Amino acid sequence: MTEEKTLKISKIEDGIVIDHIKAGSAMEVLSVLKITSRSGFTVSMLMNVRSSNGSLKDIVKIEKKILKKKELDLISMVSPDATINIVEKFAITEKFRVSLPENVEDLIKCQNQNCITNAKEPVKSVFKREKTGSRNNYRCQYCERTMSLEEIRNSIIK
Amino acid sequence: MLTKKSVVSIGDISNDDIFRVFERASSFKQKLSKGEKIKTMDGKIMATLFFEPSTRTRLSFESAMHRLGGGVISVSEPKSSSASKGETLADTIRMASSYSDIIAMRHPMEGAARLASEFSSVPVLNGGDGSGQHPTQTLLDLFTIWEKFKSLDDLNISMVGDLKYGRTVHSLLRALNRFDTTITLISPESLEMPDHILSTLDHPEKVTKGTDINPILEKTDVFYVTRIQKERFVDLNDYAKVIGSYSFDPETVSKMKKNAIIMHPLPRVDEISPDVDRDPRAFYFKQAENGVYVRMALIDMILGGA
Repeated sequence: MTEEKTLKISKIEDGIVIDHIKAGSAMEVLSVLKITSRSGFTVSMLMNVRSSNGSLKDIVKIEKKILKKKELDLISMVSPDATINIVEKFAITEKFRVSLPENVEDLIKCQNQNCITNAKEPVKSVFKREKTGSRNNYRCQYCERTMSLEEIRNSIIK
Repeated sequence: MLTKKSVVSIGDISNDDIFRVFERASSFKQKLSKGEKIKTMDGKIMATLFFEPSTRTRLSFESAMHRLGGGVISVSEPKSSSASKGETLADTIRMASSYSDIIAMRHPMEGAARLASEFSSVPVLNGGDGSGQHPTQTLLDLFTIWEKFKSLDDLNISMVGDLKYGRTVHSLLRALNRFDTTITLISPESLEMPDHILSTLDHPEKVTKGTDINPILEKTDVFYVTRIQKERFVDLNDYAKVIGSYSFDPETVSKMKKNAIIMHPLPRVDEISPDVDRDPRAFYFKQAENGVYVRMALIDMILGGA
């Protein structure tokens, strides 16, 4: 293939490239990172592009962005297979796949409306990961109810 | 060891500690039956904070502390407490823990006791949080079974009724599943044991579900019956049908093993006919009585009484 046919978005100088985002979830990734048109970041987004293994994926490139641990955790819950490329001076200096956190603190709201963390109490929500087969659930450390990844995704994407 | 520990969930108590509680509860039961006075909690104060109505749990906590020679302070009406003025539970607990050596509480929201244990400077005993945990009830339930069968292993246990909202069955199932028991869960489909409880079990293969009590009547050692609340049904005709098929009357009981027992956390309404009360297999009042001995044992072990 020629460069003309494959190059859809120019390379970034400094920032991050979030690759292998579940097809159709790029907007959700931007949403959990709270990046909007008013955030001031230069953002490029590719949706439903073919990856090397033939499946569809989304890609998001954000210039001058540094990801915090909490943001990585949020990305992992929206798109568990995403990879992060850290770019400095047009070169990838670090590349890794996101991983689901074992503990999630003050990041998600317990879906149990009758959980004490949803009352006006001076307390942060705390969840612990539980893996059953291929399924990942998070258990609230207060009410002891579980939330599936899908429920978490629905609760964090506004 | 339970010394200075809060008991919020049955997961906070090891199997070894469960048996230690039983031994001490038995010993207190014997001493009280002989009229002996116990003074291990002399000078100690328990604060009872019940933000939700309770009869048995509150009375037995207070009776337990008095029987140990300790004192009890409490709020007579949750509505008259500072919670109704908008004070957070965290603040109420901080205050109450500075007035007492141990707190027994009940709250309508799940996780309230866990939160309280984080803000309290003294141990917290959970007397029920919403539809969540009720570990002291579980201990007295287990004690009642252990007293009768001298073991918590090799038993067939059937839980019958509202398994969805009944918090006593949630804690009890988790505890029993840690022993070598076979458990059958019998409920209408709309009131089945929730997945968030089933997913915590160490041995889910030992638990089966059903909707009909008849097939298990002859093989069950312990029936744990819970109240099915009318308000859970939109159509009262559905309630009438359900209650009819899950109630214990002399005819149902006649099909049970001679050595089986019927337990109920009480209050019972229509699930167990008063005609069954005199049957030697009716254990629900003995069970309620055991609440005092078990709570005595727990308080005594936590506060380090001799």
